[in-house]
Amino acid sequence: MGLKTFVMGGVHPPEQKISAAEAILTLPLPKTITVPVSQHLGSPAAVLVKRGDLVKTGQLLAKATGFISANIHSPATGKVAKIDVVMDQSGYKRTSVIIETTDDEWMEDIDTSSDLLREVTLSKKEIIDRIHNMGVVGLGGATFPVYVKMMVPEGKKAELLLINGVECEPYLTSDHRLMIERSDELMVGITILMRALVVEKAIIGIENNKPDAIEKLSALCQKYPGISVQALKVKYPQGGEKQLIKAVTGREVPSGKLPIEVGCVVDNVGTAVALYEAVQKNKPLIERIVTITGKAAKRPGNYLVRMGTPIRALIEAAGGLPENLGKVVGGGPMMGKALMDVEAPIVKGSSGVLLMTDEEAHRVAVRNCIRCARCTTVCPMGLEPYLLAQLVTHENWDKAEDNRIMDCIECGSCHYTCPSGRPLLDYIRLGKTKVGTIIRTRGKK
Amino acid sequence: MKSLLTISGSPHVHADESVRKIMFTVLYAMIPAMLVSLYFFGLDAVRLLLLSVAACVAIEYLIQKYLIKGDLTINDGSAIVTGVLLAFNVPANLPWWIIIIGAIVAIGIAKMAFGGIGKNPFNPALVARVFLLMSFPVQMTTWPVPQPNFPLTDVITGATPLGILKELNGKMPAPEALQQIMGDAPDYINYLIGFQGGSLGEMSAIALLLGAVYMFFRRVITWHIPVAYLVSAIGFAAIMWLIDPSQYVNPLFHLVTGGLMLGIFFMATDMVSSPMSARGQIVYGVGCGVITMVIRFWGGYPEGVSFAILIMNAFAPLINNAFKPVRFGKVVAVKS
Repeated sequence: MGLKTFVMGGVHPPEQKISAAEAILTLPLPKTITVPVSQHLGSPAAVLVKRGDLVKTGQLLAKATGFISANIHSPATGKVAKIDVVMDQSGYKRTSVIIETTDDEWMEDIDTSSDLLREVTLSKKEIIDRIHNMGVVGLGGATFPVYVKMMVPEGKKAELLLINGVECEPYLTSDHRLMIERSDELMVGITILMRALVVEKAIIGIENNKPDAIEKLSALCQKYPGISVQALKVKYPQGGEKQLIKAVTGREVPSGKLPIEVGCVVDNVGTAVALYEAVQKNKPLIERIVTITGKAAKRPGNYLVRMGTPIRALIEAAGGLPENLGKVVGGGPMMGKALMDVEAPIVKGSSGVLLMTDEEAHRVAVRNCIRCARCTTVCPMGLEPYLLAQLVTHENWDKAEDNRIMDCIECGSCHYTCPSGRPLLDYIRLGKTKVGTIIRTRGKK
Repeated sequence: MKSLLTISGSPHVHADESVRKIMFTVLYAMIPAMLVSLYFFGLDAVRLLLLSVAACVAIEYLIQKYLIKGDLTINDGSAIVTGVLLAFNVPANLPWWIIIIGAIVAIGIAKMAFGGIGKNPFNPALVARVFLLMSFPVQMTTWPVPQPNFPLTDVITGATPLGILKELNGKMPAPEALQQIMGDAPDYINYLIGFQGGSLGEMSAIALLLGAVYMFFRRVITWHIPVAYLVSAIGFAAIMWLIDPSQYVNPLFHLVTGGLMLGIFFMATDMVSSPMSARGQIVYGVGCGVITMVIRFWGGYPEGVSFAILIMNAFAPLINNAFKPVRFGKVVAVKS
């Protein structure tokens, strides 16, 4: 089987998958957990509990409000200590339910056994309802509510399901471990997705720096009809859904459109496993696999973590806070967010925590642009980052829009590769916010 | 524990790349051509190279320190590259004070006056070369005849093959002119290696090609500009030759003579003054090739590489506007 990849742009940062061989461990539940009601893209969920309430593991804490929103369930058993605004990983203060935990007691209707349930009995509509109820969102990072993706809009048809096992971010290995250790659940999860979307074919895209995952899933494919594995050449940002679709199918999602435009639906491997648990085990999305890694991490590893667990607890499990710690990143080094506080909770979108040493934490000095065109060459969307950065400094929003600033997927390849160390993505992000606002006001008129 | 954490936007890692690395890669790529110049011109070449580099670096330093009073950038190596390129573009026996003037024009006027590295619209070394060519036409076109074995005395001077061709053109048919320049059995291989009159760095096409291959694999240059330039220049020469072989010489002659190779690989590919997109670079390369040959065929100067590249430098911003990269997802988002 030949290796595929996307054509346009891309970089190849050092892979640094230092935690790839570490089996998934379960992180013990901390004394206090902080559960934000906004762990997804879209409107925050509405809190249903009040101070002093006793909650069980898996009990609904907050209800989805609106079409793009997701239910939040209690990741632990205990007493609601308070409902407060607490700073989350984004640095913003958001409404959170703070729970003092006691011994785990799950809701009765949740199947907590480890038996594999292969037979999918629910209908398409029941599956979608179940996913909606269980608060399943995309675990790849965007945390888009999954049930929305499964309702294919009128006039469009899904013909291919793509499962994203690329994990192109350096360092991160949570998806890798999940593919090896939860392979069967993953396959059933994909089967459920195929049934809900009414597609015959699903392809799992995996970069070939994970040969064990490719081998294991390829062998399993024989038991699960319609599913196949596509090995991909290692190239960042292949895990971007537009790049993945291009790599596997050769199709290009038009500017400003969704994958369904070219008949594809993309879901992360972690999402598929969460889906399996939601549909087959009636288990809401209350825990996920998180990689703790980085040059400053004493014992890099992969942990099964309940949502709401402070990042500090994860760092302690991995050997504690290092003395030379310079930066803590929520996510991978290319797209992750630098955190202000290690007390911020793990949420549905947390794929990893990267601990960087003080030496690595600082940016290189910024020099003049030498017009080497590397940013243009590596941009996977065919944009001109140097030009967009210039237009943003001149506040020329019109021209920035014409030069497709909104197409930017914020992969960071431009800044990564710039020999002058120019913070191109900083400018572009600022520009996207401005241009986005302008486009929305234009829509209202 | 409350330690202070660094906060910055993503990405949090950076490729092991810097302006300095790029400039030194270019410098390493020029080593073969430098060695060839040492072989043919001996101490003259050493004198010229050292003087030019020292002058360029010194002038950048002085301007930054006393005029701009800004950050010093001489350690990024770009002034050294300009210095070597300037030396490559003049005859080996050029008087020392003309080189200093060249360095002042290159760094002072063509580079620092526009704001320093990255801001110059034209290639500094070429601006200086053309300035010197117009100001000191005699000294700039008195070429020492290449003499291997380190000539220390009695330098013989002569014209370049292109210069003689310009001289002879119109007086006699092209094949005869070619015969007079290259002898009865034209030996292109010899020319390719470097036995021809010319500026310091344009002697040997092979040495320049070697450097270009190195830059290509170190990803300092892409294939677009050199290939477009080469194919269009030689293609144009071939077309004219096929139309009228009595008036136009063999395209091979154009390939191995003059500053074409130096221009193609080290001047036209200058990042700062060339376009950004792949398509734009091809357009730019073709422009350079065609203008070079137009000047060689019909212009007042025997050589057109410098002028061609400078003219196309001026078009680079327009080319950037007209030839955008191929965008991902071809459908254009409609403004409502």
